[in-house]
Amino acid sequence: MAELTLENLAHSYHANPRGEQDFALKELNHVWRDGGAYALLGASGCGKTTLLNIISGLLRPSQGRVLFDGRDVTNAPTAERNIAQVFQFPVVYDTMTVRDNLAFPLKNRGMDAPYIAQRVAQIAAMIGMEAVLDRKARGLTADAKQKISLGRGMVREDVNAILFDEPLTVIDPQMKWELRTQLKALHREFGHTMIYVTHDQTEALTFADKVVVMHEGRVVQLGTPEELFEAPQHTFVGYFIGSPGMNLLDARIEGRIAHTAAGPVPLGQEYPALSGRVEIGIRPEYVALTTGEGLPVTVRRVEDVGHFRILRGQMGDVPVNAVLPDGAMVPGQDVRLSFRPDKINVYADSWRVSGRSLGEAA
Amino acid sequence: MDHRTQNNRAWFLVLPVLVLVAFSAVIPLMTVVNYAFNDTFGNNQFFWAGLSWFEEMVTSERLHSALFRQIAFSLVILAIEVPLGILVALCMPRNGFWVSVCLVLMALPLLIPFNVVGTIWQIFGRVDIGLLGYVLAGLGIDYNYVSDPVDAWITLIVMDVWHWTSLVALLCYAGLQSIPQAYYQAAKIDQAGRWSVFRHIELPKMRGVLLIAVLLRFMDSFMIYTELFVVTGGGPGNSTTVLSIDLVKMAIGQFDLGPAAAFSLMYFLVILLVSWVFYTVMTNLDKEEGR
Repeated sequence: MAELTLENLAHSYHANPRGEQDFALKELNHVWRDGGAYALLGASGCGKTTLLNIISGLLRPSQGRVLFDGRDVTNAPTAERNIAQVFQFPVVYDTMTVRDNLAFPLKNRGMDAPYIAQRVAQIAAMIGMEAVLDRKARGLTADAKQKISLGRGMVREDVNAILFDEPLTVIDPQMKWELRTQLKALHREFGHTMIYVTHDQTEALTFADKVVVMHEGRVVQLGTPEELFEAPQHTFVGYFIGSPGMNLLDARIEGRIAHTAAGPVPLGQEYPALSGRVEIGIRPEYVALTTGEGLPVTVRRVEDVGHFRILRGQMGDVPVNAVLPDGAMVPGQDVRLSFRPDKINVYADSWRVSGRSLGEAA
Repeated sequence: MDHRTQNNRAWFLVLPVLVLVAFSAVIPLMTVVNYAFNDTFGNNQFFWAGLSWFEEMVTSERLHSALFRQIAFSLVILAIEVPLGILVALCMPRNGFWVSVCLVLMALPLLIPFNVVGTIWQIFGRVDIGLLGYVLAGLGIDYNYVSDPVDAWITLIVMDVWHWTSLVALLCYAGLQSIPQAYYQAAKIDQAGRWSVFRHIELPKMRGVLLIAVLLRFMDSFMIYTELFVVTGGGPGNSTTVLSIDLVKMAIGQFDLGPAAAFSLMYFLVILLVSWVFYTVMTNLDKEEGR
């Protein structure tokens, strides 16, 4: 296990990148702590897989360095990095038995037979596949095959990190949940550094201690699931995470008041004068139905999703969503919404601006 | 409730095909069967011969040696073309401009008419005017496919390899192209060597197309006639007389219609049998694959 450091890392698939737009992965500095469970979250094509392939050595970065425990491995081939990777589509060696599949990486490194047998037995117990060890891997289900590829990664005791590239894409929904839980348990027990790439926020938030959100080749935020929820650093994090995502309204800020097209909104903090496009963001969970005060909204529909309801509305031409407690009644006309002032985030040109709290201002 | 009405008139729809197949295959085949069980001296007079032609053919030394040469020829070209085809496929570029160049160049021998292939090699190998024969003679190598049986065999085998290896290579190439990139990446991560990648990833994924390649090459080489006839005509002596050459000699050269008909029926059944075995093996493998 190791600490992975990325230093000024960037990658372009063009031979001679001319500007920032040519980079699939924009310059970033990041440290993956030893034994951490990380998720790399972002929409398809945001550079997640590029970053993963650079870490595993399948791709050489155009600039910057990759360090494992301080050792520069930027130019080291995959085999030397001692990384495990689980791919989107299960990769097993069809003609081999499950046992031979698990033993394969050790055999390739010339380990002796008793050691291999002992490790394979351990790993089979870990992933719960002792019963099928002597079966051909070809006939197994997709989730069993994914377990084998995970096991093939963990069979090396000194593996530096385990990378997952959207590993649950082809797995049935109920098996997804089970595999995720199992993975989490394995991480707690054995403490491998794990990096999990996904575009599914539920997977990312339930698996990881720290989530790295990527957008258009850039890391826009690194934080705990709670931080991503309460204080998204970028409007993309706001609307990508959460269901429904954060409401964003164009506004003009004057001290502690945000003037939106629908009316003024009080803020929890005081802000300096901001330039560029200024928006306020509020999670639907912190939007409440009010009477008299608040901003008027046109209700488009109300969705019942079990233990709560989602109001889908519109202020001018901007969609606004609110999460209502179960049983809340939506009046037929003159519907107004209020935002919790301390939960409002302010963005200038999509990036979060922190304000001064009232205490500091005084 | 089933509201469909039973109607046997649907059989009329297949009648045109039946008529066509009858004229193109069944009736000619039946005349061969007729010749195989009768003796004729012309004038359309036939005398029942029973199984005697078959007995004569099964015990014929001449047929045994032709069969031996035939099997040897097929085995040798399979032993060369299959590994060579795999090797060529592995060396072909996977993407980029050179893919289409390679594909076109390799498809060329497959598009040349068989007798032209024969003529090319017949001239190519001639010691007096052929490029190959002349150069070999110039190097002091005693090469003459017209008089030396070994040289004749080598010429025929090289010709067949030149003509058909690209078929095996193209089939294998298609199999290789269908392997997802992730398999190679996983192999790198598992530190598999080049041989392991071939043995555990590429070969299993190519197995289906390889079986088809072996089947096609076996069938075609077992029935080879045109190219071989043009180059050596079965000679020198009988040294390259394989089954089809012998059959034509017997039927058209000596006009032994009865034995030749019995011979061709057995020839036909052998090929049918081998094809059936291959087909069964392949479909069984497919079933196993789907399990």
